[in-house]
Amino acid sequence: MRIEQQKGRAPNGLTAAAPQARARLQPERPRPARALWHFARRKPLGAAGGLLVLVLIITALFADIIAPYAYDVGQGVERLKGPSLRHLFGTDNLGRDLFSRIVYGSRISIAVGFGAVLVGTGLATLIGVVSGYFGGAFDLIFQRLIDAWVAFPAIILLACLVTISTTRDTSPTTSIAIVALALGLVVAGGSSRVVRSAVLGIRDMPYIEAARCTGCSDLRIIRRYILPNILAPVLILATVQLGGAILAESTLSFLGFGVKPPMPAWGSMLAGSGRQYFLVAPWLAIWPGLAISLAVFGFNMLGDALRDVLDPRLRGSQRK
Amino acid sequence: MQRYILRRLLLTIPALLGVTILVSAMVRLLPGDAVALMLQEYNSYAQDAEDLRARLGLNKPFHVQYLDWIGGIARGDLGNSLRDQTPIRDELATRLPVTLELGLLGLLISLLIAIPLGVYSAVRQDTISDYLARSGAIAMLAIPGFWFGTLAITLPALWFKWTPPLRYTRLSEDPGKNLGQMILPAVILGIGLSGSLMRLTRAQMLEVLRQDYIRTSRAKGLNERATIFRHALRNAIIPIITLLGLQMAVLIGGAVVLESIFVLPGMGRYLLESLNSRDYPVVQAIVLIFASMIIMVNLVVDLMYAWLDPRIRYS
Repeated sequence: MRIEQQKGRAPNGLTAAAPQARARLQPERPRPARALWHFARRKPLGAAGGLLVLVLIITALFADIIAPYAYDVGQGVERLKGPSLRHLFGTDNLGRDLFSRIVYGSRISIAVGFGAVLVGTGLATLIGVVSGYFGGAFDLIFQRLIDAWVAFPAIILLACLVTISTTRDTSPTTSIAIVALALGLVVAGGSSRVVRSAVLGIRDMPYIEAARCTGCSDLRIIRRYILPNILAPVLILATVQLGGAILAESTLSFLGFGVKPPMPAWGSMLAGSGRQYFLVAPWLAIWPGLAISLAVFGFNMLGDALRDVLDPRLRGSQRK
Repeated sequence: MQRYILRRLLLTIPALLGVTILVSAMVRLLPGDAVALMLQEYNSYAQDAEDLRARLGLNKPFHVQYLDWIGGIARGDLGNSLRDQTPIRDELATRLPVTLELGLLGLLISLLIAIPLGVYSAVRQDTISDYLARSGAIAMLAIPGFWFGTLAITLPALWFKWTPPLRYTRLSEDPGKNLGQMILPAVILGIGLSGSLMRLTRAQMLEVLRQDYIRTSRAKGLNERATIFRHALRNAIIPIITLLGLQMAVLIGGAVVLESIFVLPGMGRYLLESLNSRDYPVVQAIVLIFASMIIMVNLVVDLMYAWLDPRIRYS
């Protein structure tokens, strides 16, 4: 078996006193702002990624205000117009403003990305903790199921899950939820392995044994000792997966298995009947792809920097 | 060791059975079936559709259909396509080499990009070139293959009036022409794979460069080049192999997308077409092959790991 090492932190009760003592010695300062500044100084790439993510989230939240036009109604006279002041990114073959469509498209990417990661890590934590902590028959059977789950080509799994759950009269919001749920389910299989091995690494630690000796129930041990100690790997997993989830959503949309049109998913703007206009209107092929790449780039940069900060094992790789 | 291999091989059986049951159930849950799609072009009576379903065996209960199919697999018979009744085995025999060629070329290109870049980035840690290389790697992970492929077809057509040939030339027919056709999708696939590979190479190199034996080799006066390539890289490369197992999923997803964009007659495109035409046995056969490949690559990777690093022993 592969060697998995996980240094368990002391239970929270032992370390909690230290920061309080330090806080008494130092004058009070606005801590979040300082922590942010510190992060930006130490991780310029991560900060740049964070900025991209922030812009993306703001765009998604205020799409109604930012977008100058509707995403689904075009003007016939404005068909296939190049980028100009009236239409920053040009218009598509139906005369719809591409900038507005991309602005609205950010909502789909953000919703699916966060939704998928929430479902995925939540489920992975549940399966991983139960499987790792209790072991036994449940672990054996569940691990075999996960063997099959991760051996299944993800792209087909996703395409089937989404197509099965989407009916003709599925509303746009429901279809976003379906894509997020399917992605979360697919991601959860592999992630649960990571959680499980993290749990296995601390399960036999003396402090767990001590807790059991004092009469803690399994539920209490999981809540008080296991979960806090695997929080770092779970958080890292979640941030790293966000970019991947957005990328997977766009690929699904490109293949025609994503959120249904006229919802402007970035991936679907590069697919289907629009492709025949790319030669006369190349901007149609450029902006949606750029939007996907920048979004995934931002999340990956931020996730990377957060991982360096959160994972004590990786601190050794910094020259300090 | 032999017992370990045997145990791992035995464990693949339930996994593959699980995969096949799952895929057979899922394709049948998809709305519409092959018969409905085949007959929608004609003005057919409902009775015709029922007759056709009965002839194709689609009216039998699920477990009978599954057992029939898996029984065929056990005898080495992949069955016939529902659409045109051709043996799936013949179709796959021409399509598998295309996908394998694309995958292997992509893998090779990704190694050629990732390992030198990763080593360079680690040796120059925290310099501008390191930052550039790392951002480049994250960018390679972030650019979707289908966008890259779309641009690679659109822009040359726009600028140089060049389009990729529509007809596929087999490797055995004309190797030069074939490679010329495969190189573009392979490079795009390789770039997609190289991002995570480069990052792992860098992290491993950093880890190894801090070891005592590297200090020893420098102290005894070995030049930097020999230190890095003979002592550091050879030790750093071991964990990189494990990543190859995880990359299989990316490789297959990439093949599906790129074969469609570049009109290559490979397994990925076949899978997508059969999924859309609800050709159940074809989808089942291809998923079975892909899943076996994923499991086998992971087994080989684990075994190679022990072989390359004598400190690891399986029991």
